[in-house]
Amino acid sequence: MRNYKLDQTKAPLLAALKRYRQKRMVSFDVPGHKKGPGNPELLDFLGQPTLSADANSMKMLDNLIHPVGVIQEAERLAADAFGAEAAFFIVNGTSQAVQTMIMSSLNPGDKLIMPRNVHRSAINGLILAQAKPVYVDPGLDQEIGIPLCMSLENFQAAIRENPDAKAVLINNPTYYGVCGRLQEMTALAHQAGMKVLVDEAHGTHFYFSPDLPMSAMEARADLAAVSLHKTGGSLTQSSLLLAGPGMKGDLGYIRQILNLTQTTSASYLLMSSLDITRKNLAQRGEEIYDRVIKLADYAREEIRQLTPPSYQVIDQDRCDGDAFYAFDRTKLSIHTRSLGLSGVEVYDILRDEYNIQIEFGDLSNILAIISVGDRPVDVERLIAALAEIRRLYAKDPEGMLMSEYVKPEPVLSPSTAFYAPSTQIPLSQSAGRICTEFVMCYPPGIPVLAPGERITPRALTYIEYAREIGSSLSGTEDPAVKKIFVAQEP
Amino acid sequence: MSIYLSEQQGDKVDLVIQVDAQLHKEVSEFQTIEVFQTEAFGKVLVIDGALMLTERDEFIYHEMMVHVPMAVHPHVRRALVIGGGDGGALRELLRYPEIESIDLVEIDERVVRVSQEFFPRLAGSFSSDRVQLHIADGLKYIRKWEDHYDLILVDSTDPIGPGVSLFTREFYGNCYKALTAQGILVNQHESPFYDEQARMVWEIRQQTRAVFPVNYLYQAYIPSYPSGHWLFGFMSKGFHPLKDQQVAAWEARGLHTRYYNSRIHQGAFALPSYVQDLVQQTGEEFEPVLGI
Repeated sequence: MRNYKLDQTKAPLLAALKRYRQKRMVSFDVPGHKKGPGNPELLDFLGQPTLSADANSMKMLDNLIHPVGVIQEAERLAADAFGAEAAFFIVNGTSQAVQTMIMSSLNPGDKLIMPRNVHRSAINGLILAQAKPVYVDPGLDQEIGIPLCMSLENFQAAIRENPDAKAVLINNPTYYGVCGRLQEMTALAHQAGMKVLVDEAHGTHFYFSPDLPMSAMEARADLAAVSLHKTGGSLTQSSLLLAGPGMKGDLGYIRQILNLTQTTSASYLLMSSLDITRKNLAQRGEEIYDRVIKLADYAREEIRQLTPPSYQVIDQDRCDGDAFYAFDRTKLSIHTRSLGLSGVEVYDILRDEYNIQIEFGDLSNILAIISVGDRPVDVERLIAALAEIRRLYAKDPEGMLMSEYVKPEPVLSPSTAFYAPSTQIPLSQSAGRICTEFVMCYPPGIPVLAPGERITPRALTYIEYAREIGSSLSGTEDPAVKKIFVAQEP
Repeated sequence: MSIYLSEQQGDKVDLVIQVDAQLHKEVSEFQTIEVFQTEAFGKVLVIDGALMLTERDEFIYHEMMVHVPMAVHPHVRRALVIGGGDGGALRELLRYPEIESIDLVEIDERVVRVSQEFFPRLAGSFSSDRVQLHIADGLKYIRKWEDHYDLILVDSTDPIGPGVSLFTREFYGNCYKALTAQGILVNQHESPFYDEQARMVWEIRQQTRAVFPVNYLYQAYIPSYPSGHWLFGFMSKGFHPLKDQQVAAWEARGLHTRYYNSRIHQGAFALPSYVQDLVQQTGEEFEPVLGI
C-alpha cells in the first residue's frame, strides 16, 4: 500500500449515510418515494438498502453544490488517494468533468490544442466555452489501424504555431489503451504557459499500479477527468475531476463552473459509490490491478496461441517511444482484420451468438475491458468464443476498408457552427458543405464529423462503410443519420 | 427428533429427506461440498445446496449417460468426461474394454477427493490406468483439442456456479471441434417440468442446436432429482441414436445393467408432448409450456 497523508480506511460519506439510515428519520422532503413506500415496484426491483440511501442533501449529509461537511472530507480523501491537490465528486458522468476542465481553463475565443480523436464531450465543451480547437494529428498505427496519442514533434509544432493557445487536452490513455509521452508534453505546455487537461476516462487504474502507464497527476498535469465507474468499480455516471498543484488558486472558480451544469440534487447512491470505491482502491488497488493485468496478459497469450491465421493482439511490443509511448495492459485490444472480419462483425457475433458483450468493435479491432469485476472463468469464455469465431467465420480480408485518419478541415469553431443558421440536407449530397452537428460511429463514439468542419468525400465514404458493416451511427438530429444540418451558404 | 435435508426443487417445492448424520462439509475454492448419511437414499452428495447424487439412484443417471451412446458408437477409443468428479460415469465407461483412454476434467479437485473418501464404489474408478484426471476448467481444456475424442460426456452441475461455462455455445462449438468425424456428445440436460429448469432445457437446446446437426433429447426417471423426470442430450456429427443403435452387438457384451436395456434405449427417446412443445420453441424468448 502506498503512503497516504490521510486515513484511507475511512469513508466519511458512507458512514454518514449509515448513520442517516439508523436514525430512521421521518422525511417531509424530497425524494417523494420516501425510502420506498411511495413506489412499491421500484422498491421491489432496487431493494430497501438502495432506496433508503437515496436521500436529499441535508446538514448531516452535506451538499455537493457547496461541500463543507462529509462530502468535503470524502473529496479530500479522494484527492489524497489520487495524489491530487483537490478532487471534485462528479455525478453527471465524466462528460461533465471533461466539459468543466475546458470551461474552467478557456474563455470565449480562446484556443485549445487537442488531438482530433477525442470523445464528443470535449467538443461539446468547446461549444459551451465558445473556444476554438487546434487539431493535432494523433498519428496512426498503419498495420492495425488504431489512432495513437500525438507524437512529441507534432505536439511541439502545434504549441509553436499557436503560442496564444490557453491549454492543451491529452487522452491518457486512448480508448484502445495507447498513451503518449505525457510527462514531456506536460512540461512543454507548461513552458509555453498553457494549462494541461487530461481526459483519463479510461485510466482510473493508472493511479493504483506501478506496472501501468503514468497518471496525469504524477505527470503534474493541471486537471484530469477520471471515470471511476469505468474501471474502478463505482456506479455508472459517477466520476472524479482531479486538480493538480498548478490549479491551487483556481479551485473555487472550478466549483463555480461545475455548478453551471451540475444537478442541485446530486445522487447519494452515486456519491457513496465514489467514496466506497476510493477506499477500496486506496487499500487494495495494487493487488486488484495486479490480478487484472495478469488476467489480460493470460488472455493475450492464449489468443496468440490460437491456430493461425488468427487474431493479432495489441501489446506493449507495438510501443514506438513516441505517439505510442506506453500501453495500458488491462485493455484487451484485438485486431480482427487478419481474419477478414471487421471489429464490428466480431462485436455483433459475440453478443448475438455467444451472449458476450464487449466494449466496442471498430473497422478492424475489438476492445474487451478487463476490470475489477472479471473472473478467470469469464475470460475463458471470451477466449473460447474468439476461437470459435475464427473457426467458423474467418474469410479473406481482401477489399476491407482500413481505419484511417480522416484529417478534419475545420472552417468554423464548433460553437459558431453550432449556433449558425443552418439547413438540413441529405448526407449523400453534403460533400463540400460545413456541418453544424456531429456524426459518430458508435462504438467508439469518436466524431467522424464535428460541428464547423467541411464535409469531405472521404468522411462520407467512411460513414457509409461503417453503416454497411453494422456500426450504429448517431449525432445528427435525423435519427436515421441520412440527413445532416449544414451551415447556410451566404 | 429428526433432522431433515431439504432441497429446493421448484419454486416453493422442496424435496425433504430424513438425515441420520452429516458426514462432511467443506467450502472449496469453488463451492460448498457436503455429504449426508440418510436411510432412504444412502449417502448423499450435495454441492452448493443442490443434491448431486445419492447412492440409491445414481445408477440410473450414470447408466443412461454412458450406455446410450456406447450402444450407438461401434468403436469408442478415446473418451472425455467433463465434470463428473464423483467417478460414476467413469465406472460405467470402464466396463467397455475397447476404450483405451478416458480423460476426466474436473474444475474442483475437492469433489474428486471427497468422492474418493465417501463414495468409493464410484470414485474407485479413478485408480484405473486407463483414466487420466485433469484438474482444469472444462472450457479451457476442450479448446485445445481437434478431431481427438470419439465420445464426450458433459456431466456438469446446474448452469449456475463454476459450471456455467459448460452451457454456452463456445463450449459446445469447441466440443464439436474436439470430436472425431463420427463423434458423439451426451450432456445432462436438466428437467423439463418446473419453469426455471424448463428454461434451462430450452436455453441449452438453443445453444447446442446451432452447433450439432444431429441433436435429440432422451429421458430417465431419477427419483431424487427435481420432478424425477430428467433429460439428456444426444448430439453427434452423424450417428442417429435409434437408427444406428447396435442392439445385437450390445446384447452380446452381456453387461449387467439395472436401468438401461435395449428397449429402454428406444423408449427413452419418446418424449411427452409438452416436452416436444418446449424444445420445438425456436423464438427469441422462452415461453413456459406448463406454467409451473
